[in-house]
Amino acid sequence: MNDKIYRVILFIAALIMPIVCGGVIYALVTDAYDAFEHFGFLNFLTSSEWSYTEGAERYGALPFITGTLMTTLLALIFCIPFSLPVALFVGEYFKGTKIASVLSTVTDLLAGIPSIIYGLWGFYTLRPIIMALNISPQGSGILTASLVLAIMIIPYAASLSAEFIKMVPNDLKEGAYSLGATRAEVISKVVFPVAGSGIFSSYILAIGRALGETMTVTMLIGNTNNIPNSITSTGNSMASIIANQFGEADDLRLSSLIAIGLILFLITAAINMVGKIMIKRARIV
Amino acid sequence: MSRLRLKNRLAKDKLMLWGVCLLATLTAVPLLAILGEVLLRGYDQFSWSFFTEPTPTAYKAMKAIEAGEPIPGGIANGIIGTIIMLGMAVFVAVPVGILCGAFLAENTKSRFAQFVSYLTDLLQGTPSVIIGIITYIWVVVPMKGYSAIAGSIALCIMMLPLIIRSTEETLKILPTSLKEAGLALGGNKARVMIKVQLPAAFGGIFTGILLAISRVIGETAPLMFTALGCSFIRFAINRPISAVPLLIWEFFNDPNLQDLIWGASLFLLLFVLTLNLLSKYLAKKWNQ
Repeated sequence: MNDKIYRVILFIAALIMPIVCGGVIYALVTDAYDAFEHFGFLNFLTSSEWSYTEGAERYGALPFITGTLMTTLLALIFCIPFSLPVALFVGEYFKGTKIASVLSTVTDLLAGIPSIIYGLWGFYTLRPIIMALNISPQGSGILTASLVLAIMIIPYAASLSAEFIKMVPNDLKEGAYSLGATRAEVISKVVFPVAGSGIFSSYILAIGRALGETMTVTMLIGNTNNIPNSITSTGNSMASIIANQFGEADDLRLSSLIAIGLILFLITAAINMVGKIMIKRARIV
Repeated sequence: MSRLRLKNRLAKDKLMLWGVCLLATLTAVPLLAILGEVLLRGYDQFSWSFFTEPTPTAYKAMKAIEAGEPIPGGIANGIIGTIIMLGMAVFVAVPVGILCGAFLAENTKSRFAQFVSYLTDLLQGTPSVIIGIITYIWVVVPMKGYSAIAGSIALCIMMLPLIIRSTEETLKILPTSLKEAGLALGGNKARVMIKVQLPAAFGGIFTGILLAISRVIGETAPLMFTALGCSFIRFAINRPISAVPLLIWEFFNDPNLQDLIWGASLFLLLFVLTLNLLSKYLAKKWNQ
């Protein structure tokens, strides 16, 4: 096999990515077109109605966009107090020791648990606790879903942040120590400022993961098609409304669900792109 | 005064250390809680028939519950469906992924390669439910029905970026002297890739494949609109088929079958975590 044929074969294999991604966008856009044409793009985004009585069908994405943003944001807030210590534990305090590798194995395993099992655990263990604490009567809702989501994104945020914390040059830290700084001061005055943009970008990527998480949210969010008015109320996320109704939908409803899929795809793509660009920049510095 | 300040600073330092240790160890709690719950509630469902018989109908299960007996049947239809779909997905995704990864490792500077690399990230970040929609539009609609083929295409699309990335990264960290030595001996690029680089990168690529499998084996959302599910053992690839995570979803929604949920979850969880640990162990071993 000469070089030319080899190159052509590799090139053809690489063509699969543009074909698949182009196909994804093409299929989503053409199939979502009906819904956008029928309701108008902006109207579809801002309408909060979701009724499928025949003849008077009205679909809007606002409740689900709100649901997704609320669960993601809450999950991020719940995740930080745990993922940041894990990152410091693995990347600074116990860097390179056996106990650090045990902890990173634990977080890796957390990342490996299928989302449907997280959903089961949330439904059968966490939901009764929420009910017992009288936080919400039905147990499921935005809060329950985001608590489990937070656990699911801890590994992603922690492992990447730890990588950036590890990369902080030793001489910077030693300089601070020689001036009499304590370890806590070195972390807050040297490690965080240097690794900050990297840590920040790892949270952006964690958001990207939380946005599209489907099964866990579907099992825990309560599945009501209204705009959630508090963090304990039920709702639906973009992914969960698709998971719930895609199988039974046709015509305009199917198109509306695909339109929601397109919006979700664009949001995650944008978030991931921002995260990746920031990571590249952070690695250079 | 300055003594008090020093004490204050030292106390803060200690507080931070203990806080970090405490909160970091707390993250192990969910893992243990999930493992414990699934183990305790699922282990007694493991039996020979659980792995060899298909799921019972809701009626049969209801009868058994009324009579106070354990629900008959098992998850064999799901296990076989998962094996068939995963097998087909691996069969396509591994060779294509390795070739594409080799392309990215060979052409680091070309515009096209950078574009492909960006698209790989894009596909990797795409929520699995959207992969399900896409496969529905591409495969289920033209074929006029749900099928194992559709399910395996969805899994294949999800595996591709993972395999591409692990291949590319492993090839890139190989010492260039390895490639140069091969070329200096008179091998052309293809020969050096096949005989030198790929064997040297085997460990990394293999662990990447294991991780990709463990990532997609528990995927439920993309299979719901593609493979759909089926309550008996089936080998046809052009008809609806079941999978272990799909069965868990079915059991979750059917009050009569709820007793089977934990056995199926335990099976899936053990499988995924073993794959994870195995790939981590192999990665460490081959890195040395």
